[in-house]
Amino acid sequence: MYVYDRHDQKIVDERVAQYRGQTERYLAGELTDEEFLPLRLQNGLYVQRLAPMLRIAVPYGLLNTRQLRALAAISRTYDKGYVHISTRQNVQINWPELAEVPDILAELAAVQMHAIQTSGNCIRNTTTDQFAGVAADELADPRPYCELIRQWSTLHPEFAFLPRKFKIAVCGSREDRAAIHAHDIGIELVPNDAGVIGLRVLVGGGLGRTPVIGSEICPWLDRRHMLTYLEAILRVYNQHGRRDNKYKARIKILVKAMGVDAFRAAVEREWQAVKDGPTTLTEDAFEYAESFFTEPAYRELDGADEARALDRQCADEPIFGNWVARNTCEHRVSGYRSVTISLKATGYPPGDITAENLELLADLADRYSFGELRTTHQQNLVLADVAASDLYTLWQALQAEGLATPNIGYLTDVICCPGGDYCSLANAKSIPVAEALQARFDDIDYVYDLGPLDLNISGCMNACGHHHIGHIGVLGVDKKGEEFYQVSLGGSQGKDASIGKILGPSFRQDDMPDVIERILNTYVSLREEEESFLDTYRRVGIEPFKERVYATAD
Amino acid sequence: MPRLIKDGRIVEEPTAPMLHSLEDWQALTDKTGTAVQLEPGDDLSPLLPHLGSIEVVAVSFPAFMDGRCFSYARELRERGYTGEIRAVGHFIRDQLTYLSRVGVNAFAPAGDLDLDDALGSLADFTEFYQASNNEPLPLFRRRT
Repeated sequence: MYVYDRHDQKIVDERVAQYRGQTERYLAGELTDEEFLPLRLQNGLYVQRLAPMLRIAVPYGLLNTRQLRALAAISRTYDKGYVHISTRQNVQINWPELAEVPDILAELAAVQMHAIQTSGNCIRNTTTDQFAGVAADELADPRPYCELIRQWSTLHPEFAFLPRKFKIAVCGSREDRAAIHAHDIGIELVPNDAGVIGLRVLVGGGLGRTPVIGSEICPWLDRRHMLTYLEAILRVYNQHGRRDNKYKARIKILVKAMGVDAFRAAVEREWQAVKDGPTTLTEDAFEYAESFFTEPAYRELDGADEARALDRQCADEPIFGNWVARNTCEHRVSGYRSVTISLKATGYPPGDITAENLELLADLADRYSFGELRTTHQQNLVLADVAASDLYTLWQALQAEGLATPNIGYLTDVICCPGGDYCSLANAKSIPVAEALQARFDDIDYVYDLGPLDLNISGCMNACGHHHIGHIGVLGVDKKGEEFYQVSLGGSQGKDASIGKILGPSFRQDDMPDVIERILNTYVSLREEEESFLDTYRRVGIEPFKERVYATAD
Repeated sequence: MPRLIKDGRIVEEPTAPMLHSLEDWQALTDKTGTAVQLEPGDDLSPLLPHLGSIEVVAVSFPAFMDGRCFSYARELRERGYTGEIRAVGHFIRDQLTYLSRVGVNAFAPAGDLDLDDALGSLADFTEFYQASNNEPLPLFRRRT
């Protein structure tokens, strides 16, 4: 993974010193709340319902075990001994003291981490596929691109006071696991006719109040132009994005208002001014970035042998076999598999993990996965490089600590924002809804029978739970001071991304398990053979679901 | 006498430049030695043919959160403007590094911003990833 040199370290250290000064000035009354707001936000600090929340950047979801242990230690010293994995692959702690945040940032800097631009109206953490570098369907490793974007966007002098937040995602595989259609800029690494990898650029996707699927503004861009082209897009947005209404300030509104062709033309115009300038990437720059994402020292394994041995173990212990089937996936290298650790056990807030378990995973990652671990936008964790012959001992260690919930990609693998329990923006709580659903659908065989199902819950329009792109989306709304939940169906985050359609009037929290059950029963009764929920929905449309849910609701 | 930060020092200015609004400035027949103030939302293009003759471009901050002027300053420098770019209005000291990096070289804040403190903020960072006015090459072209 990427390792700081003295330049990177200096930038992060100077940022900590700057923020320490800003915090001192704020506490001394020399900075107003209004002035301090963007400064703390751009250092990851929100002021929440009960306490501040610090969002720590995990660039494109990659962590080494030293960093994991540092996060565990920080959560013990400064917080309540657990952390939350966000839907943008970051790590959040929910109870830090505002005055201690500079110390936390200094401890992060000591392990090459930071909280720069994890919030505020600026370019946020660039996200990608949690299986980057190991996925069997990968065309190009997106991580060097992400790192180059991270560096370019970090403390960019021109784009620190944008109309609104700005999110970039990169995908380099056939299947899109980075939700690039739902980002302000989505980049897909694609070959041209000559087989040279370049960038397909989408712009103006996003969730929130007005969900939009991104539009293509460039079908193939030579990768050396990546940063100048991004700069041109950001400049058009910075100058012309709306600033009068924060709900209309995202780039998607500007792209809609101008029309994608006019937007593209404006970007082209700005691009001509910076194209081929010093920000044009060099082959050396790519080589340098790529040098950090080389293959670990894989053992030479006989894939067929390993597979037979694994099959035997799975047959001998069906619970293990089930976990292998649900929580591990194919690896580019023969004899290896990637393991997803579910943070969606019933009874725990989705995405939360204790300091002790972080340390356990650090030990396991050191032993079985080359000392690295990844966060996913589905709020789980990944050990990307595990030899098939190590899976059994790994599983035993996970199972002993309740970390082997075999539900990846199924109904109970709920994606859920922290909601009204923590977040001051939320209209409604989201964690209790997730817990009630996990408790209701506790029959794992039934859950498997339902097949792959994304259920996403957001506590408000900001859509941190990405409810618009869940096959089933749940949105917390406020109705005259009471918490209600609106349900949408048919969202999808893949390359065939779609925005879910609202089912109808919203429901009370207590009714939610029944409502979801009726939706699932409708699917089960209408599905043909092996059809997934999404396929059935796309075939029959929303009406049959609507009829059955509301017919029995009275 | 009014004081401001200019080229990294606090200086006194006996006579302030006559800052024209963009509209008034466009009406001037002779642009030589003129000074124009850009508000967020103004169109930069009328200035471009006259970059050699303008003496001061002021970029205005009616509110510090409005970041459009960062792009104006950067674009002016990219197009070869070498005269003064002066930030005026309600920016805060924590924005000074960013402002100087996009090419602002004079700072005349409204309100009670202490110029000595502000001067200190200009040195918040000594290393940068991006190409900018104070560092023509991005870090990826400078790593050793």
